[in-house]
Amino acid sequence: MRYNEPSPLEVRVISQRFDLPDSTSIETYLANDGYLAIKKVLEMTPEAIIDELKTSSLRGRGGAGFPTGLKWSFVPRNTGKPTYIICNSDESEPGTCKDRLLMENDPHQLIEGMLIAGWTIKSNKGYIFIRGEYRYLIDIVDRAVAEAYDRGYLGKNVFGSGWDFDVYTHTGAGAYECGEESALLESLEGKRGIPRLKPPFPAVVGAFQSPTILNNCETFSAVPVIFRNGGSWYASLGTPKNGGTRLMCVSGHVNRPGVYELPMGFPLMRLINEVCGGMRNGKKLKAVIPGGSSSPVLKADECDIPLDFDSLAKAKSMAGSGGLVILDEDTDIVAVALRTMKFYAHESCGWCIPCREGTNWLKRTLTRFHEGGGTEQDIDLIGELAANMLGRTFCALGDAAAMPTAAFVAKFRDEFEARLQQSRAAVPVPELAVV
Amino acid sequence: MTFSPSLEARFQKLLSSYPPGRTRSAVVPMLLYGQDELGYVSQELVEEVARRCGVTTLQVDEVIGYYSMLHRKRLGKYHVQVCTNIACQVVGGEDLYEHASRTLQLGNKDTTEDGLISLEEVECMGACSWAPAIQINYDFHHYVTPERFDRLIQALRDGTYGQKAS
Repeated sequence: MRYNEPSPLEVRVISQRFDLPDSTSIETYLANDGYLAIKKVLEMTPEAIIDELKTSSLRGRGGAGFPTGLKWSFVPRNTGKPTYIICNSDESEPGTCKDRLLMENDPHQLIEGMLIAGWTIKSNKGYIFIRGEYRYLIDIVDRAVAEAYDRGYLGKNVFGSGWDFDVYTHTGAGAYECGEESALLESLEGKRGIPRLKPPFPAVVGAFQSPTILNNCETFSAVPVIFRNGGSWYASLGTPKNGGTRLMCVSGHVNRPGVYELPMGFPLMRLINEVCGGMRNGKKLKAVIPGGSSSPVLKADECDIPLDFDSLAKAKSMAGSGGLVILDEDTDIVAVALRTMKFYAHESCGWCIPCREGTNWLKRTLTRFHEGGGTEQDIDLIGELAANMLGRTFCALGDAAAMPTAAFVAKFRDEFEARLQQSRAAVPVPELAVV
Repeated sequence: MTFSPSLEARFQKLLSSYPPGRTRSAVVPMLLYGQDELGYVSQELVEEVARRCGVTTLQVDEVIGYYSMLHRKRLGKYHVQVCTNIACQVVGGEDLYEHASRTLQLGNKDTTEDGLISLEEVECMGACSWAPAIQINYDFHHYVTPERFDRLIQALRDGTYGQKAS
């Protein structure tokens, strides 16, 4: 089910079946264009499939925005090793709640996307890695997988093609870090979710040390419609190099927060004012965190921007996972910066020092600052610490913690300074006694 | 160690889900599903999972220390998890957690004396657009106000709490 009312401005492509009765069943899926794409794809060569994906300009919806067709093309052929298809449904970037809807409402679409990936590299096994908190989704996806087996769409001799493909669900157990692809693969192997040194990338050495296609749940879910309607049709929905639509998860101080499917490049201010009904209680916009908590904050005057990977990168932020947190004029930025850092300190896996120590040092500094014990130097120290973490860690978690923090301090320095003034007023500094 | 027939079937399926020689992959799912049935990860469960997956108990232990949903201590029958991460925070999530802590008289990860309710402040649970959100065991509850929270807790205490997510 959907938890918010849809908007008439939405372009419903991957969420087109969300409101249908019994939308998770294979009958509903088949009656609404389901499993047509895989039948087409089974007639295509891997090169043709990858070309079509490249034409679609589909980019990874997990956060990095890497071109999906290119990613698939990196998988080496004929290595003699088995290959794997891994779906990253470990959705845990704060602000993001879209994979949950995709699995809850349309699990067959995801399975079909994985089938297409599987056929492309002639893989025989796929795993859907679902975060532990989404326990109920495992039952929904397992039911869909069982239905697909019953019809011969999974298992031996898929659609009579002579090719075998199995899909399994796999649960996480509470670790943000496992959303990072190499940490996810460690977790899938039954270990602590610690990132691997890259290269080699998962395309070459991935699951069980074998070539692997690893994509986000929303990315796989977008694949069937691309092959049903064509790559150029999909590309035309978005902006150049940013094909298609994406599920934008809006939270915070708007009248109608919710998950809405919109074309790539949809203007942020229209999202706030038209799709989400404007700011709550008639308040003014202060800032937007545009792509999950890892993305650097945009000030209100930077929000006249299209929501696609390249536009947000140009604005020195990122489209990330599509989780937008809208903040009004009353928001305490210091409190948000602190909560963000508490999260990263909690989730740092501890493998490399700049992240393990940096997040905790920042958390302690921000806590002291927030509680009124901050000093003038702390403001610069926070910025310096963040800058020293950037690019110096095994995986992106260190950057994810540093980037938003640096932006909070740089863009809202006045709020940090005001906090300092407030705490000074509250706790008067005693005069030094002259002896 | 014996489990319910459905859990036993799940374990059997898990052990055959991974490539040959890769039964270690089943460690995390077996621990979580086992915990669902037992209420916590007991030493007996650790040993059983290690035996079935062909790994040492140390290899199981180091995994438990890493994943925040795996608990060596028994949780309440109803584990109430309040999200205070940014999307929830800015619409009252932290206030909701404080309300929960005050009214239940529980600190983070504490359990009531009768073993009925445990409380945890958790990170983003994937309900950002319908915040503030809590989970009671695995059930999501969206748009939770302090008043609605109190009604949910009353239902837990009265035994009238339904398993349906709202």
